[in-house]
Amino acid sequence: MDASTWAPSRARPSWLARLFDNRIFLICICLFPAAGLLLAFLTYPLGLGIWLAFTDTQIGRNGHWIGLENFQYLITDRVFITAVWNTMFYTAVATVIKFALGLWLALLLNEHIPFKSVLRAIILLPYIVPTVLSAIAFWWIYDPQFSIISYVLVNVLHWRDTYVDFLGTPWAARWSLIAANVWRGIPFVAITLLAGLQTISPSLYEAALLDGATGWQKFRYITSPLLMPILAIVMTFSVLFTFTDFQLVYAITRGGPINSTHLMATLAFQRAIPGAQLGEGSAIAVAMIPFLIFATLFSYFALSRRKWQQGSDND
Amino acid sequence: MATVSIRDVRKAFGSTEVLHGVSVDVADGEFVILVGPSGCGKSTLLRMIAGLENITRGAIAIGERVVNNVAPKERDIAMVFQNYALYPHMTVRENMAFSLMLAKAPKEVIEAKVGRAADILGLAPYLARYPRQLSGGQRQRVAMGRAIVRDPQVFLFDEPLSNLDAKLRVQMRAEIKDLHQRLGTTTVYVTHDQIEAMTMADKIVVMNGGNVEQFGAPLELYDRPVNLFVAGFIGSPAMNFVRGQVEGEVFRSGAVALPLPPGLRGAAMAGRPVVYGIRPEHWRLDGQGIAATVQVVEPTGSETQVICTLSDARMLGETRMICAFRERITERPGQELRISPDPAVVHLFDEASGARLN
Ligand SMILES: Nc1ncnc2c1ncn2[C@@H]1O[C@H](COP(=O)(O)OP(=O)(O)O)[C@@H](O)[C@H]1O
Ligand SMILES: [Mg+2]
Repeated sequence: MDASTWAPSRARPSWLARLFDNRIFLICICLFPAAGLLLAFLTYPLGLGIWLAFTDTQIGRNGHWIGLENFQYLITDRVFITAVWNTMFYTAVATVIKFALGLWLALLLNEHIPFKSVLRAIILLPYIVPTVLSAIAFWWIYDPQFSIISYVLVNVLHWRDTYVDFLGTPWAARWSLIAANVWRGIPFVAITLLAGLQTISPSLYEAALLDGATGWQKFRYITSPLLMPILAIVMTFSVLFTFTDFQLVYAITRGGPINSTHLMATLAFQRAIPGAQLGEGSAIAVAMIPFLIFATLFSYFALSRRKWQQGSDND
Repeated sequence: MATVSIRDVRKAFGSTEVLHGVSVDVADGEFVILVGPSGCGKSTLLRMIAGLENITRGAIAIGERVVNNVAPKERDIAMVFQNYALYPHMTVRENMAFSLMLAKAPKEVIEAKVGRAADILGLAPYLARYPRQLSGGQRQRVAMGRAIVRDPQVFLFDEPLSNLDAKLRVQMRAEIKDLHQRLGTTTVYVTHDQIEAMTMADKIVVMNGGNVEQFGAPLELYDRPVNLFVAGFIGSPAMNFVRGQVEGEVFRSGAVALPLPPGLRGAAMAGRPVVYGIRPEHWRLDGQGIAATVQVVEPTGSETQVICTLSDARMLGETRMICAFRERITERPGQELRISPDPAVVHLFDEASGARLN
């Protein structure tokens, strides 16, 4: 064929090729695996849990739809009310302490101190240890007879005459659990805030130094506003983790003494599995959802970019 | 306003010394530029004046006061950083007012000073914006505004223009110079760009490898560089260097013979390896000098740059010679030109030490 007769045409593509060129078809086929997994492993159990909350299902017996009856019962249940208050108290106090200590640690590690990398590794330790393992360790630390803390207070320092009953009374048990949760949660806070601190350009501190800022003023006017966006993210996750905490409490106190340290998560499990009341347990779990949605909304608004973060960054 | 006097200052980071005894005297109201290749210690010296690095040895005085042990904020200096270091979460107004606010200045005073700085720099319309909403040149101005509001004794600039594009750089160069003429504040300015140094400075400090090579007015450095380093660093296009030796009363490199600068006795340095330096614009087209083969002709209108090779001369560094003529050149690449240097303005350096001989 010589050049003058050649025409730039192509064979019509097959129907299969045309199908795969279709945007909508492509989107559907690409979304399918992820959507399928989500549906099977997330939506189904969540949906089932919510449905159970409106039934009187027990283990081994199918339930019937009973509407809000579970919830009506729960708001009159003193144990449930205590669990709600415990959860809020536990979350609020532990979060405040975790952030105070975590920020302090992060600031410390951001300075030029000797053995910095070793210290960072040590700080991560509580986070690496499986929660249940650290819970058992705390259980031992809080033991009425073998507690190392009591031993030190009584036999070494002679500050007390009797061993401390960490888990025997409601308030002592609550504070003991908060201490364990703080110990466990600090690494996450400290390391993420440290990462946040390291994104702040050192020249800003130098500029502030020349502008006459003292150490406190540098923290107040430079560090804290620039850390705020990251702090909001870390805080949200920390609140979610603490609010839904189960392992520490269940392993250390099982909700005792006399149900005074139950969190909503442990009470839900207690009622649903050992207590066999699947419907009531689910209702307790479902009652957590509004709180979690609130926390998520809070983070959504806290995370929205601040005015000064908008615009280009090309200095 | 104040003088800045740097006396035999040394700086070591751990065991490596990066400044080996630097002495510079900046007069009151002078605009002094530290220039040198990257890594030669310019920023370190500037940061020592600011108080951001401590002084290992020697002394720095601002005005009459030795400031070695004076805290940065007590030194009465203001610094403009290379990356501007604007506080991203503060508006332009807050950025400029920050130092005054920390000093607990009354509101009216802050308002007046920020307003005046904004007027000087043309920032008035942008006072409510955040740094991210500004262009590079505007950010640069905010950084200067932050320095101006403090009315310091000394301004320090660390490569303030290196983040700007070429056109803006030329514009800001003029603005900074104009600002200095209006405010008259003593200024120490760091750059690696010798053109910036030549166009802006009252005095230039050429630094290399932690030492001061030469300190003087821009044209003094251009006309009488004290050594090969300064000769090669200052001027664009750079000075041409030819290696050879003195024979009788001429400089000889291979078959090429060039006249010695006036007042130099050839006999005193016969046979010694020397470098003959000549700036591009000091070649003359007289039709009778040495033969040069044209490689590239670059007419700019006002002058014509010719890159050529000398058939038999040994060059230092470059192998090609750059000439700049006022005349227009009709020769084509490959053709020959006859050129000769203007002996009154050529330079002769000792090849071993690099020191100037004439
Ligand atoms: N904090 C530091 N620690 C160790 N070496 C440094 C430090 N700051 C600068 N230097 C070294 O000092 C030398 C001079 O650096 P600098 O003053 O930044 O050069 P420049 O002239 O490019 O501004 C360089 O070799 C650099 O590696
Ligand atoms: Mg530098």
